[in-house]
This record gives sequence, C-alpha cells and structure tokens, in this order.
Amino acid sequence: MLINILFYLFSATLITASLGVVLARNSVHSAMFLVLAFFTSSGLWLLLGAEFLAIVLVLVYVGAVMVLFLFVVMMLDVNVAQMREGFTRYAPLGALIALIVIAEICYVVWHPSLKLDMLGLTSDVAASASNTRSLGLVLYTKYAYPFQLAAVLLLLAIVAAITLTMRQRPNLKKQDISAQVAVRKGDRLRVVQVASEKRP
Amino acid sequence: MNLVGFYASLDPWVQTALLKTLEILGVLLVVVFSVAFMTLAERKVIGWIQGRMGPNRVTLIGIPFTEGWGQPIADVVKLLFKEIVLPANADRVLFLLAPMIALVPAFATWAVVPFSPAFVLADIDAGLLYVLALTSLGVYGIILAGWATNSKYALLGALRSAAQIVAYEIAMGFALVGVLMVAGSLNLSDIVRSQSGAFGWNVIWLAPLAVIYFISGIAETNRAPFDVAEGESEIVAGFHVEYSGATFATLFALPEYANMILIAVLTSVMFFGGWLSPFDGYLPATSFLAQPSFVWLLGKIVFFLFCFLWFRATFPRYRYDQIMRLGWKVFIPLTLIWIFVEGLMVYWHVGPWRH
Repeated sequence: MLINILFYLFSATLITASLGVVLARNSVHSAMFLVLAFFTSSGLWLLLGAEFLAIVLVLVYVGAVMVLFLFVVMMLDVNVAQMREGFTRYAPLGALIALIVIAEICYVVWHPSLKLDMLGLTSDVAASASNTRSLGLVLYTKYAYPFQLAAVLLLLAIVAAITLTMRQRPNLKKQDISAQVAVRKGDRLRVVQVASEKRP
Repeated sequence: MNLVGFYASLDPWVQTALLKTLEILGVLLVVVFSVAFMTLAERKVIGWIQGRMGPNRVTLIGIPFTEGWGQPIADVVKLLFKEIVLPANADRVLFLLAPMIALVPAFATWAVVPFSPAFVLADIDAGLLYVLALTSLGVYGIILAGWATNSKYALLGALRSAAQIVAYEIAMGFALVGVLMVAGSLNLSDIVRSQSGAFGWNVIWLAPLAVIYFISGIAETNRAPFDVAEGESEIVAGFHVEYSGATFATLFALPEYANMILIAVLTSVMFFGGWLSPFDGYLPATSFLAQPSFVWLLGKIVFFLFCFLWFRATFPRYRYDQIMRLGWKVFIPLTLIWIFVEGLMVYWHVGPWRH
C-alpha cells in the first residue's frame, strides 16, 4: 500500500524530470532535472531492496559525474536559439528512436518467454541479506578477473584522457610548489646589523 | 482525549511513522540549536585566542551572568527579518532553490549517525555508503548559488569550491576504505563496536588516515584555512556575495556549521570509538567509567569542534593551487599507501587483525 503510493510518486517524478531534461531551455536547468531523475530512480531501486545500487547511483552519478557536468555546462555560453534551429527537422528521427526503445522495453517486460515477472523479482531479493555483502562476495570471488579488468580499463581511459589533453608549453611561468613549501627562513631572510647613527 | 489510548489504537505502521517523525524532529532541533550556539562558541573562542572578549552584550532573557549567550538568538532574529535581495539578472528559481538544496544533505546525513548504543535513527547496512553519497551532494548548493547569482565573483567561488570538494572527497573516501577494512561492515554501529577493547580505536592503527580524514573534512566544509571559496580578500565573499537575510542563513550558516558538527561526529565514530568509553578495555568492564554512552561521543564531538575553531584562529589561508596540490598529490597517494600497509597488516595478523 505505502510502497505502491511511493512507487507511483517516484515514477511520476522520474517521468516529469526526464521530460524536463529534454525540454528545459536552459542547459543548467536540464542538468538539474537529470540530477532529480537520478535521485528518483535511486528511490525506485531502494523500493526494490537494491540499496547498494541505489546509493552508488547517487554517489557516482549525482555526487561526481553530474558535478563535473554542471561544472562544464556552467562555463559554456550556450546559444539556445542556434541549438533549437534543427528541432523540427530532427524531431521525427528522435520520435522514431524513442518508439523503438519503448517497444523494446515492452517486449522485455511483457513477453512470456522471457519470464520477467516484476512482482516475483521484488519478493525474493528484497528481504534477504544485505546486498552490499552479497555483491561484494560475488565480485571479489567469482568475477574477480573481469572486475579487475574493468578497473584497469577505466584507469587506462583516465590516463589516455589526460595524455591527450595535457600539453607542454615551453615559455610557461609556473610556480614550483614543492620548492615553495621546502623554503626555510635562512633562504629568504638575512638579518643585517646596521650601525646606529651617531647622535648629533 | 486520552493520548496514550489514542496512540495504542493506531495501526502499527502509523505508530512507527509517528515515533520516527518525532525522533527526526528531535535530532534536527538539537542540530539546529547546536549550530546556533556553535556560532557563539566560534566567536568566543576565537576572541579568547586573540585576546578579545567576543560577544558579551545580549543576555538570555535578562538572566544575569549570561552576557553574550543570547547573541545567536539575536542574530537569527536579525537575519530572518532582513530583506532578501534578488539580483536583477539572477536565475530566480535556482537562486532561491540553492539554499534549500544545500540544507537537505547537511541534515539528511544525521539519519545514520549512531548517537548511543541504543539510539540510531536508521540503522542501515550501507550506512557508510549513505554518508559518502550524501556528503558528496553538499557541493550542489554552492555550485548552484554561485551560478544562479550571475556574478563573476560568485561563479569563481563556486568553481573553486566544487574543485576543492571533488578533490578532497576522494581522499576522504579512501580514508573510509581503511576503516571499512578494519570493521568489515558498512554499518556505522558495527564500525563503532569493532573498535572496543584496549588499543581498539581505529586512530591507533590508522593514524595517518584519521589525520587525513579530519583535514579533508575541514576542506570539505570550506572552513579556514581552506576557505578560498569565499576568500574575502580576493573574491569578496565568493558564492554567497548576493545572498542576504534568511537565504544567507540557510545557504551559508546552517549547512556549514551542521556539516562541521557532522565531520566532528564522523571523525569520532570512524576513528575515535564513537560512543565507546576511552577507558574501555583499560578499566574493568563493570566500572561505570567503561560503560559506552552518548556522553563520551559528546566529549569527542566537542573536542573536534574546538579543533575547527582553533585551526581557524591559528592558520593563515592556503593559496588555491596549494590546496589542490595537498589534496591530489599528498593526501590521495598517502591514503593509497596506507591502504596497502593495511593489506600487509591483514597478511601478517598485526593490529586489529591480531586475533
């Protein structure tokens, strides 16, 4: 009863927020709608009893990815009018893609051969033990190598992205912070004994 | 009407909802009052450190010898009745929404804090993850405030703050990974319980992580010496230049101080045994000094809050690039090294793994 009310509340907010992402005129507003969408979907996952996924969604996407997104979007001066020009031209293509995606989701959810019984799924996973523990047990034993491989792949992506964007400029005046921190009093300060003037 | 009888006649889930709501309200009230008197303590302590008196005019409803104690209440009344100025080119919705967005994570994190062996609002399994997720949200209020104000100073302050919080959050997360390895659980009450006994506190075996966690906490709350986000000597007041009255109080004062108290609580819980007694394991377990209780946690919180004020009165403000260097090039490698050392400790059965 309460869970049903919460489910419809979250779903309605999620759909509204997703529409907001696409329809908002201001790109910062779009980003904030996306944050709201992440939050409500994490709420939906909590209702399913998947607390690890729900919290990690907030931690990774809202706490890190979207912050960087906002960071970039805020500093861009987006010309909204120019972006809207092609809207009517591309609208049919967008609608077609949306329809295909919806059809695929409907097929997965409702087709009898796939046996994706939504109610059955919630009951046996939800009340069982902490799913953080069970995920950890599986990830670090059965799937240890794929997990490590994925981590290395991410590391590779980070290194690649940094090497692509980092450039050495020869005449750059940079501060060497290590040298600054290592400075001692004797390097900068010289105490001079000045002979005092004679009184007239 | 008989209140007890009425309560007993309700559905069980309504009873739980009522009880929890009351508990939440209680905790929130205590937090808000602590924030109010924290501002007074800050001005008094820094005053004493600098050889001044601090606030000493407003009394508590005329009671003698309480000069200065009424200052927070006077400040709150002043802030509430001041005009809220909306800058002409500001994004109105986000400008007013930002303070509220800043407030929510600062309060919501208190849900999982174990106050005493018996009292936690929500004793959830993934408590530590919840804390990490919510503390990472605090940055939104600041970024949005800075952007919605539509001022260069505010935007600069917001960008500085965002970069700083993202940098120090990683170090904080790694420091908590160390705690997690010792406790073997994400539940905060379990983390406290795992530190019982002589030499049980995490700070003994994870001292570098404890120091890094607390310093990162100071940076994360934008407190001096890491308060470049508002650096008044360079960018006026940073992200809250244009905020006044109640919006200033909810954007700046409340979340900042609530987060300070929270960092003090979390440092005590993660590294200093939370509600465990400091004599636990040294005195006989039947001794009243060795009993776990909220009083010990309170003592630890007060100590760390004092450190916050002490640091603010002592250290000059960091330069921005030095803050970034400290976060990325010193703290993150240090935490990684200590996690590796912990791995060795597990392997050779020393420290928390000696049994």
